[in-house]
Amino acid sequence: MKILVPVKRVLDYNVKPRVKADGTGVDLANVKMSMNPFDEIGVEEAIRLKEKGVATEIVAVSVGPAKAQETLRTALAMGADRAILVQTDDEVEPLALAKIFKAIADAEQPGLVILGKQAIDGDNNQTGQMLAALTGWAQGTFASAVNVEGDHVSVTREVDGGLETVKLKLPAIVTTDLRLNEPRYASLPNIMKAKSKPLDTKSPADYGVDTTPRVKTVKVSEPPVRSAGVKVADVDELVAKLKAMGVHS
Amino acid sequence: MKTLVWVEHDGSAVKDATLAAVTAASKLGEVHLLVAGAGVDGVAKAAAQIAGVGKVHVADNAAFGHNLPENIAPLVAELMASHDAFVAPATTTGKNIAPRVAALLDVMQISEVLSVEGPKTFTRPIYAGNAIATVESSDPKLVLTVRGTAFEKAAATGGSGAVEAVSAGGDAGLSSFVGAEIAKQDRPELTSAKIIVSGGRALGSSEKYQEVIVPLADKLGAALGASRAAVDAGYVPNDYQVGQTGKIVAPEVYFAIGISGAIQHLAGMKDSKTIVAINKDEDAPIFQVADFGLVADLFNAVPELTGKI
Repeated sequence: MKILVPVKRVLDYNVKPRVKADGTGVDLANVKMSMNPFDEIGVEEAIRLKEKGVATEIVAVSVGPAKAQETLRTALAMGADRAILVQTDDEVEPLALAKIFKAIADAEQPGLVILGKQAIDGDNNQTGQMLAALTGWAQGTFASAVNVEGDHVSVTREVDGGLETVKLKLPAIVTTDLRLNEPRYASLPNIMKAKSKPLDTKSPADYGVDTTPRVKTVKVSEPPVRSAGVKVADVDELVAKLKAMGVHS
Repeated sequence: MKTLVWVEHDGSAVKDATLAAVTAASKLGEVHLLVAGAGVDGVAKAAAQIAGVGKVHVADNAAFGHNLPENIAPLVAELMASHDAFVAPATTTGKNIAPRVAALLDVMQISEVLSVEGPKTFTRPIYAGNAIATVESSDPKLVLTVRGTAFEKAAATGGSGAVEAVSAGGDAGLSSFVGAEIAKQDRPELTSAKIIVSGGRALGSSEKYQEVIVPLADKLGAALGASRAAVDAGYVPNDYQVGQTGKIVAPEVYFAIGISGAIQHLAGMKDSKTIVAINKDEDAPIFQVADFGLVADLFNAVPELTGKI
């Protein structure tokens, strides 16, 4: 079984995003970028399925600027077999992304597509579900466990009240949640080896997908600032403050 | 504009998140509801009581029993032929279903709406709430998920919606429900609690969480929460997690105990009315957002607080 793993290049999760003064977006000039953490979990899960003998080939794909090659090389260094860069400098919305991945899925015929549940920049949490709609496949979102059993996959999902398990017919779409696994670090020899793994470059037009945005960003602003209050000296003072607000047993 | 609001329910009662979605939808136009499930007569009757509701579409079918998106999304897409906006609460169920509906309709979804600024203009958080985007849709139909803490709850009674059965849809044959481990807690739900007591990694163990955090929550009738670090360390189950990737909460009072205040945690609770932080590190970022901060060893301070409050 082949596994398709979409990965996105995003602002590194340790970097505090700064809103641009002109309100057009978040400043991405000269800041550290890396693979979306949820996608990293997706790559790791695909590799584990390959190590278990369930998967035979892992294809990483990214839609983004030329520099998204670096993100794909990271996926290759972790253990993906080959990569496809769908190169564009435009911002591509989840719906158009899903259409590109659908076209790639048609060509590659994977048994599973494993995506991050959301990217930590746009926080949309849409692409996997949209891809499932367009392919007509089942979806196991927010996964904390994935087990392939014959022609089905059982996915344990993190839901509001706890955990839920669903059984999906293959091929299927899985989106990852935090506790699915802990992604490995690529070793130096594997980083070197990744440089010679195949990486194809395509464009959205190659897949016949129009990436014109449907949603316009009017402006981006700072969230309302919450200012620090007071430090209380001891528990008694805290109890007095709380009681004054009507908080007591 | 005619809106269709997804009714989140547990098979017998309408969940609070629905009421916030109704308020958001009412800012766009007429509010219709969709109750889908197996044996949902009671839910439909309760939903019809929600203030301001027009029609209540009821899809009662075994295939809709576990909110499987493969079965539900085509049903919603069909109903959208006569509606202009699909509005779902941004719960794990809403987030699972709505994008599948949007793609079937060939429209972009707008996720986690914080405010309605115009008929097609909304604000929403990006970068874990570190920035707020104002966005405008150009699609012919809207698909929205709505952040529950950002809207007042519509009154659960006082309405008189007309209940109408929907016969559409069925089992797509793609997926089945196997089982669930849903924690039954004899306390308020995190997302609708007035008071939340949350514990972090500084607790050091599951036993200490039970020993220190739970008695304070019991005394205040509060819900229990935790930071991602505490969940990852296995002190409490995943459904306790407050934060960008867990639950977004906005109670009257939020107690952050032994929680340093990572960006991802702040994103989930910074809209709380009053934040109380107890931490022995006086430089912890949590103190920058706390209304009342107590620099103290939590293992002494919290039992003392529990005793005195």
